[in-house]
Amino acid sequence: MNKITFCALILSISTLGNAQEQNSGGTITGNMETSFQYLNEDSLIGAAQPDTKGLMNSYMNVFYTQGNFKAGMRFESYLPRIQGYPNRFDGTGIGMRYVGYENDFIDITLGSFYEQFGSGMIFRAYEDRALGYDNLMDGGRVVLRPIPGVKIKGVYGRQRLSFQNGLIVHSDGITRGFDGEVNLNSAIKALKLSKLKITLGGSFMSKWQDDSREDLILPENVGAYGGRLKLKYKKFALDGEYIIKEQDPSSDNNYVYNYGHAALLNFNYSTRGLGVALSAKSVDNMSFRSDRTKTLQDLFINYLPSMNKVHTYNLVSSLYPYATQPVGEIAFQGEVLYTLKRGSKLGGKYGTSINLNYSSAYGPNRDLSGVNAQDSTGIAYSTGLFDMSDSLYWQDINVNMYRKFNKSFYMRVSYFNISLNNDVGKVTGDAKGIINTNIGVIDMGYKINKKHSIRAELQALIVTPDKYGKVNDKGDWATVLIEYNISPSLFFSVMDQWNLPNDKLNDIYGSDTDAGDDDLTKTGLHFPYVSAGYIHEATRVTVGYGRQRAGLFCVGGVCRFVPASNGLTVSITHSF
Amino acid sequence: MKKVLLFVGLSIALMTNAQDGEAHNEEAGKKVASVILENMDGDEVNTGEMGFEGPVIISFWATWCTPCKKELNTINELYLDWQDETGVNLVAVSIDDERTKSKVPMYVNAKMWDYTVLMDPNGDFKRAMGVNNVPHTFLLDKDGTIVYSHNNYAPGDEDSLYEELLKLASSDVKE
Repeated sequence: MNKITFCALILSISTLGNAQEQNSGGTITGNMETSFQYLNEDSLIGAAQPDTKGLMNSYMNVFYTQGNFKAGMRFESYLPRIQGYPNRFDGTGIGMRYVGYENDFIDITLGSFYEQFGSGMIFRAYEDRALGYDNLMDGGRVVLRPIPGVKIKGVYGRQRLSFQNGLIVHSDGITRGFDGEVNLNSAIKALKLSKLKITLGGSFMSKWQDDSREDLILPENVGAYGGRLKLKYKKFALDGEYIIKEQDPSSDNNYVYNYGHAALLNFNYSTRGLGVALSAKSVDNMSFRSDRTKTLQDLFINYLPSMNKVHTYNLVSSLYPYATQPVGEIAFQGEVLYTLKRGSKLGGKYGTSINLNYSSAYGPNRDLSGVNAQDSTGIAYSTGLFDMSDSLYWQDINVNMYRKFNKSFYMRVSYFNISLNNDVGKVTGDAKGIINTNIGVIDMGYKINKKHSIRAELQALIVTPDKYGKVNDKGDWATVLIEYNISPSLFFSVMDQWNLPNDKLNDIYGSDTDAGDDDLTKTGLHFPYVSAGYIHEATRVTVGYGRQRAGLFCVGGVCRFVPASNGLTVSITHSF
Repeated sequence: MKKVLLFVGLSIALMTNAQDGEAHNEEAGKKVASVILENMDGDEVNTGEMGFEGPVIISFWATWCTPCKKELNTINELYLDWQDETGVNLVAVSIDDERTKSKVPMYVNAKMWDYTVLMDPNGDFKRAMGVNNVPHTFLLDKDGTIVYSHNNYAPGDEDSLYEELLKLASSDVKE
């Protein structure tokens, strides 16, 4: 689209809206975020000072709606991008823009849009600004609601790959598809009052990309299709989705011509005070990208939810995180949440709750018998639904107990046992094979008075020695965090992450004791970090200073590697 | 580039213009965005037409967000009183995506929440409301106009929200 024409259009529309504000209530909303970093050199953790010294990421969303009309855009700016952000983001410009019209029957969008079909295993265009993840679609979308309970969606466009010189860079391929969903209880009068709630859905997605290889005959159009069912009866809920992807040779699957599949099952029982959730997932050859040559987090058409608890304590969430292996995995999860009755002997006056969670993931079983990988079919193996091998990718057993002792004091005690296969979901260069860790966390909060409160976290992580009895990865860690809050507008926090002393540390961090560096085998290495924040309604300003270790930064199952840094970070967010 | 800058300048000017004469909270005075979401039963709900009579609190949360859960669990203990006094309804909008979405009903029931819970798995309502991060809580008057918002939770923040709610309830009585 011609950018200037588009800008002019938006401008005139918003001027119009502005003029009419008094009568018809056109609305402008949006939000912005700016993050600025000033980094120091810190040879001990391998943090370099960038040439520009300062780094800045900013974005601002502006949305306009008036009656049935809507329009919006996002400005983005990377001058240059902050540490760890995808390296192909630079410049200032418009990273997202759309116009649309919506009424009870039709919702039409031209330009950029985000969308999800079903659980997202066939199609999900979404953003996570904190990670720099944005696979929006640029093109058109139509959503129809012909009768109550029936929804039909159609999408067509090119995905956003990156943002360079202030311009969106699009995928090589075109992505298109449609989805239909029927909520039988809304659509059929006779079922309106039924206790059994049924929702049915089906999707089809297709991508087109030119066959640019001379040595292979690549399918230029690749389809994927599937269906889903959601049932709810009183306290029980069951939902499932099954997706099949046609032959899609790509760099992810080493250009094999196998079909792929993804299946997901969720079961849920909940009543006042008790909740139980069970899930299972089977994925094989399901990396579905609009450009077959891309890797990492680029240009995924679909989203494969990882099946493990989202941890929030620092040592648990960031040292050994897990993300789905799109190439294939079979995964399970179970969780129980129980709240003891208030006033009972065990529950105490203010109640106690217990949470148990288990998750595991295994590699798929790939049968090579009777398959000739060199023949003209290009089929490399055979496998089936929930056909798993004994190769462990991930296992997490965790339990936590929360108790409020009186009006002002609570405590939460947690234990985690995590095993991660570093050969598959690689998180560190300092270990091979399975890393096993035990982590304990105590989290306490005390409300001093109406406005003031203090919170402390004590965390310890112990790594099981490797098979030779040596220290695995970087060894053990301890973390102390103290946070002081003054409601509603101020907080201060101090944190120290300490890599406890062990024989490997001088090598890992490159500390040269002969040259006068600290002997880390005796002192370990500290990562102190202080931060403070000011919150005024929808504005938040935070300032942080200190040393941060390298590691994976994960949100929603998508991770990016953040290098070690030492310096100042200032961040401002605001909504309007 | 020049054109882009000009445009930025213009849009900022326009925005400021549009907000002239508003209270210090820029979000105040705006109608809640209208987005179609599903509740835990799978029924569609339009956030612009939720059909409540009194004031409404909209709180964005997620099962993995500790401060969000703290806020909603704290308010839950006070909720009956708040409802009696002001007729308020709380809508807890979960931004959990497919990864954790199935745990929402489990958490809500196990914690015995009496809120209306809506699911926003792809962040459509979150984006439309300009929410950067959770928790983010909005207070709407009975006409759906935003009168207060707060992006954080620290123990005691519920008192500020309650004060705003009382102000709103008393101004409704005056009308």
